[in-house]
Amino acid sequence: MPKNLLSIKDLHASVNGQPILNGVDIAINPGEVHVLMGPNGAGKSTLANVVMGDPRYRVDKGNIFFEDEDITEEKTDARARRGMFLSFQAPEEISGITVENFLRTAKAAYTGEEIKLLPFRKELRAKMEELGMDASYAARYLNVGFSGGEKKKNEILQMSILNPKLAILDETDSGLDIDAVKTISESLQRYKNKENAVLIITHITRILQSLSVDYVHIMAEGRIIRTSDASIIDKINRDGFASVLG
Amino acid sequence: MDKQKTMLKDIDRERFDFRDEDKSGYKTGKGLSADIVAEISKVKNEPLWMLEHRLRSLEIYDQTPLPAWGPPLDELNMDEIVTYVRPDTKMKSNWNEVPEYIKSTFERLGIPQAERNYLAGAGAQYDSEVVYHNIKQELLSQGVIYTDMETALREHEDIVRELFMKLVPPQDHKFVALHGAVWSGGSFVYVPQGIHVDIPLQSYFRLNAPGAGQFEHTLIVVEKGASAHFIEGCSAPKYNVVNLHAGCVELYVREGASLRYSTIENWSKNMMNLNTKRAIVEKNGSIEWISGTFGSHTTMLYPTSILKGEGSRSAFTGITFAGKGQNLDTGTNVVHAAPNTSSTVSSRSISKDGGCAVYRSSITILPEASGAKSSIVCESLMMDSASRTDTIPVMDIRNDKVDIGHEARIGRISDAAVFYLMTRGLTEEEAKATIVRGFVEPIAKELPLEYAVEMNRLISIELEGTIG
Repeated sequence: MPKNLLSIKDLHASVNGQPILNGVDIAINPGEVHVLMGPNGAGKSTLANVVMGDPRYRVDKGNIFFEDEDITEEKTDARARRGMFLSFQAPEEISGITVENFLRTAKAAYTGEEIKLLPFRKELRAKMEELGMDASYAARYLNVGFSGGEKKKNEILQMSILNPKLAILDETDSGLDIDAVKTISESLQRYKNKENAVLIITHITRILQSLSVDYVHIMAEGRIIRTSDASIIDKINRDGFASVLG
Repeated sequence: MDKQKTMLKDIDRERFDFRDEDKSGYKTGKGLSADIVAEISKVKNEPLWMLEHRLRSLEIYDQTPLPAWGPPLDELNMDEIVTYVRPDTKMKSNWNEVPEYIKSTFERLGIPQAERNYLAGAGAQYDSEVVYHNIKQELLSQGVIYTDMETALREHEDIVRELFMKLVPPQDHKFVALHGAVWSGGSFVYVPQGIHVDIPLQSYFRLNAPGAGQFEHTLIVVEKGASAHFIEGCSAPKYNVVNLHAGCVELYVREGASLRYSTIENWSKNMMNLNTKRAIVEKNGSIEWISGTFGSHTTMLYPTSILKGEGSRSAFTGITFAGKGQNLDTGTNVVHAAPNTSSTVSSRSISKDGGCAVYRSSITILPEASGAKSSIVCESLMMDSASRTDTIPVMDIRNDKVDIGHEARIGRISDAAVFYLMTRGLTEEEAKATIVRGFVEPIAKELPLEYAVEMNRLISIELEGTIG
């Protein structure tokens, strides 16, 4: 029996007593590409953060399973080490640690293995080149002074270095120029295989062009109100969200 | 309130332990009196002028009140301090007497057994002597003097007599007066004109050696056009049952000379660290302070630069880490007393677990200091809401033709940043340590590698067990 990679059941979550997720159900299997869409304030980013165990949110009801294990109470780093990854819309700037050192530390934590400097450096250089990132970024402090586009690319760089089983991308395409979106989209394509899965949270759909999308979930008011195949994307692009919310 | 009570109790117990152990060594000479001071001087076989200096300092000490500002010092029982004046007995203590918590810190710092033995004041002195001796030989051929203060007083009495406590006079405050009366040990460095000492002079272990008390005196003279880097090594926690440290550092930087003075102080947590450090800098000279404050129960430490000569410069880089039960009041003073002098201050503090870190500075621009420049940046990071940090910068500017900048930032450790790092597989502890290390990185990169590594280890140790 094929097991779900991620399975969310009747998930309710709140921040400061304010409910944001009101019963989310979702199941993602290896090899699939899922897209989560919906108007602003629908709870998309909250869902991503709660799935990763952000302690600022409280889970009031429901469960999150990863590879059939209940991780609802698990700490964020333990989820990460299971192979979950979240790329942030506006990742934090961490002064004093270089991109290279950070990624090496993270990869060691992620894999539980010692990461040798030289092969790692080679891999990092190659992946940076694919993303059109200048090699000098490796020696810069994590996200410090990066433009919006550079931060997004750096998130995708981290994804490709850590090679998670499930990558959740929170509006990785927003605010980027066409070339950058194309580069990131190509990188996603390279990352994607039969063993892993992607959940893409997006407003715009350019990033999806070179990916074969399996499911599109429409979220509103903290619930998934509709799940469909990729054809719904064209409808949204043509007629707007209103046409699918009803 | 409960925490305060606990702290008091701990210190009391420490005092009892001390008395029990050393009763026999202190049968005579309890109480800080002229007789005791005279006895110290006699034991050290000092010249008369030094005895007179000690006795005069004692009088000043008796007449001077405790400072009316800064962290509370009422836990300090001055009558108890007196019994710790004579340093000899403590320094012979063996490793078995070292408190467990200090031993375990050594373990976690990864300091080898041989070094630990030496830190405890016994054992592997031989190795360190050899190292010390080699350094001395190399420097001797250049005319550099690097020795302990007692030897300096015997062999270079003229220099010592001219400069000793002239920059930091006993009248300055109560603890300097105390220092003047009972000082013991410390370092003496003399760098002749035009000599550049490339290797840093380190007193890393020497402070723990016999004869180096808790009232050590450091006197450094860098003559015209010369340069040196002195590292006062307290980067490993010291074995201390003494509860007051009142050292004194006097630095003379002559015309065109430069001196870098680095310290990481990591005293045991029952220590009152009331240290006074001052530099006077002549024309186009430069003093650079690098100061790390980790341990102690209470610290008041404000290295002072007096920019006396035109074009002289001062740079202060400080890091303070205050944990549970610690009140660390640190910063710097700069007096611009000549034209075109410049100073920079870069200070970072971290407080966690109810610790208190205060940044306190005073920048004085005298009327004659036209064209002076000063730039101050202080940043504070609080790990939790129980901790406290204050920024108290004072500026006294008496000249219009100056350029002064001050920037202060106080912040809590960001939950968002911790979450971000945890999504990449780092534990909460590692995530916080990464953020803190990043925060202190500008200071760590100024330190020699082994000190930077140890500072990072200390940060990790300080952060252990603070989660949740």
